[in-house]
Amino acid sequence: MGEPRGDAWPRPDGLRLAVGTLAVDEAEALRAAVAEARRIRRPLGMVGHASKAFLGGPGGEPLSTLGHRGIVDYRPEELTLTARAGTPLAEVAHAVAENGQILPFDPPRFAGGVGGEGTFGGAIACGLAGPARPWRGGVRDAMLGVEIVNGLGERLRFGGTVMKNVAGYDVSRLMAGARGTLGLILSASVRLQPAPAVEKTYRLECDAEQADANCRRWARLPLPITGTCFLAGALRVRLSGSSQAVAVARAEMALATEDDPAVWEEVRDHRHAFFLESAAGPLTRVSVPRNRRFLREDALIEWNGCQAWLSESPPDELPEGAFATVFRGEPVGAAGAGNTADYARRLRRAFDPDGVLNPGIAS
Amino acid sequence: MPKPHVLRRLAACLSPGGLITDAHAVRPFETDGLTAIRERPWAVALPETAGQVRAVLGVCRDEGVPVVTRGAGTGLSGGARPRRDGVLLTLSKMRRVKEVDLDACTATLEPGVTNLAISEAVREHGLHYAPDPSSQIACSIGGNVAENAGGVHCLKYGLTVHNVLGLRVQTIAGDELVLGGKGLEQPGLDLLAVMIGSEGMLGVITEVTVKLLPLPPVKRVLLAAFGDLQAAGDAVSAIIAAGIVPAGLEMMDNPAIRAAEDFAAAGYPRDATAVLLCELDGPKAQVETDTERVRQLLETGGAAVRVARDEAERERLWKGRKSAFPAMGRLAPDYYCMDGTIPRSALAQVLGDIAELSAEHGLRVANVFHAGDGNLHPLILFDANEPGEADRARALGDAILRLCVRAGGTVTGEHGVGVEKLDAMCEQFSAAELDQFHRLKAAFDPRGLMNPGKAVPSLARCSELGGMRVHAGKLPFPHLERF
Repeated sequence: MGEPRGDAWPRPDGLRLAVGTLAVDEAEALRAAVAEARRIRRPLGMVGHASKAFLGGPGGEPLSTLGHRGIVDYRPEELTLTARAGTPLAEVAHAVAENGQILPFDPPRFAGGVGGEGTFGGAIACGLAGPARPWRGGVRDAMLGVEIVNGLGERLRFGGTVMKNVAGYDVSRLMAGARGTLGLILSASVRLQPAPAVEKTYRLECDAEQADANCRRWARLPLPITGTCFLAGALRVRLSGSSQAVAVARAEMALATEDDPAVWEEVRDHRHAFFLESAAGPLTRVSVPRNRRFLREDALIEWNGCQAWLSESPPDELPEGAFATVFRGEPVGAAGAGNTADYARRLRRAFDPDGVLNPGIAS
Repeated sequence: MPKPHVLRRLAACLSPGGLITDAHAVRPFETDGLTAIRERPWAVALPETAGQVRAVLGVCRDEGVPVVTRGAGTGLSGGARPRRDGVLLTLSKMRRVKEVDLDACTATLEPGVTNLAISEAVREHGLHYAPDPSSQIACSIGGNVAENAGGVHCLKYGLTVHNVLGLRVQTIAGDELVLGGKGLEQPGLDLLAVMIGSEGMLGVITEVTVKLLPLPPVKRVLLAAFGDLQAAGDAVSAIIAAGIVPAGLEMMDNPAIRAAEDFAAAGYPRDATAVLLCELDGPKAQVETDTERVRQLLETGGAAVRVARDEAERERLWKGRKSAFPAMGRLAPDYYCMDGTIPRSALAQVLGDIAELSAEHGLRVANVFHAGDGNLHPLILFDANEPGEADRARALGDAILRLCVRAGGTVTGEHGVGVEKLDAMCEQFSAAELDQFHRLKAAFDPRGLMNPGKAVPSLARCSELGGMRVHAGKLPFPHLERF
């Protein structure tokens, strides 16, 4: 089952010689651990760097993915990368940056983990994306293929490394954000994007309402925006592209003041003062539909208004269709609503009939 | 099989005239875009509302009647092939644009709205819906979602899955699932992602909310003629490696160039081994920079390059590409269109191998394809009236798909598995993987009434083909009967 198909999955010879036996054994050990957990009915909790443990632990007997690491295949001219779950995110980001490319979903790297700021597998399983989410897509949008161990202890491969692939159900995208409840991700292939030639950050003093009006007006126009962030009476906007394109757009948008580009990574990784000042208290993310507004002067609002951060517990009233996720503090009820949640539970059982994967994560 | 009381119940779910059972009248529904595969449906249901869809599904569930959902019938893999013992649920009457939300930049549509109609409905606002499959004047958004349709511009703008924000889906159990909406994220598992491209196996899509994007202000097209396939393939990689993401990057080989030129007089060089069409779009300043850079890369790669000077020339160059399929009709009475995807870097190698296979099988192959995505559409030319040619075409097609899998690719990039590529799926997936697909389906449709026998082959079928891989002498799931 899940037998290696070397020719159907890229494994450049050089790499196979360098890491072959060890890595295959590590994947096999992870598979065997799941199979054994199922046999003795003792659930497992998958852990990488545990940098996102504040979202709620996986429960079960900890199973570390850190031994299964390394970039398996990276082809800049294909814009694809395949890496094992335990590979540190920093290593992946560094490798693609060296070739003038980026991980389009730009996952956060949170300090406070054990041994690192997040793994590749953990980033995919948690499905969190950085400041360019509305323009460059989320984790699910970049997914091309996965190798997983399902709850039956089987190694399975779905998708691959090509851009278009409609053979079978899209299990690869389903893994993004599933938090390991459908399978232990052994490795994943993602689509990359070229880094823009120029990236500039501008600042516009305004209140939350004016910031929102600007963002909505700009969204209807073909502008090279790749980030918006409202905070404390100012809107930051990031423009990406050729230097001429950025200059033209800047003039068109009447953006006078250039600002420090460090803000994007600081917000992404929750190292910005907004997050640090309230580090002892609760932190809530509000996900807002495009047709609703959630405007508060004391919130940090990004993604053209689709994602807001609050240094407090989830508010009682949210716009229709919006939902809150607790990043620090008392967790709210199970995700998903009504019959959708029923189908999600059935789907989980289809992958893990005996409930051996991440029992602590509700579905 | 005729169950008069079931027909009465079905008719009662629908508006007058909404159920067709007459043998003559159901004939147009016997086939989809893959016309070699035909079957007469037992009954054709034409619902006008989501409520009627739900009622029809309820009857089918109670009576154990299979349901095949059909959109515009332009699918190329037989995914909408009807069943003799089943209802063909045809959504072509549900074609209202329910809402254009300019504040959110979204459109909410019934499933029968055609792909092109979406962009036409929002053009006056300077917006468009990006995915544009070649059949866009006829194909419907519901079908696009079911197949995760691509098109010429998905290198830059993504597939259907990247452009759909929300769905309403009716399940055979009688539930209406509201998946996604107008937001970017959703809580819990991404059921939206798994529904897109599920080929009518999990539920019936009755509403689609899509993302609308600003129309690009400037478009430029370059035509590059190569004397060598390898050079053309390398140029594709060079453009991508240079950090440029063209809106479209299409390739045609010599047989396709000649056929298109005879048909459309697009101004292609008839003696070129391959041509590349590269479209760049976006803000003017960006497009100008990129056009110059692409021209240099193509010329360095040994191509003769022409940049369309005006809109008329741009349209003429595209017309050649878009008429490549009809142009094949002049070369042979029949053609069989394949749909494999391979890594871009393997283009030249795989095209060379296809040429060898073509000679071996004694059938001509023309190649017209989305080079930027590595999505091949080899067109196998044959004459169905010549004894054995159709079988040879089929065998050549299978061989080409095996080639794609071996190159690290897939048996279908955008046309879907349907019934056409069931056998090829045995090549690409292990028994355990196929079994996982079947369990996934059962989570939505435990009795297997939705589009039975499509998209994912049974283990028995793969086993009979001998395509099932046996690992270490052990069959997976030895308790299962295989034959």
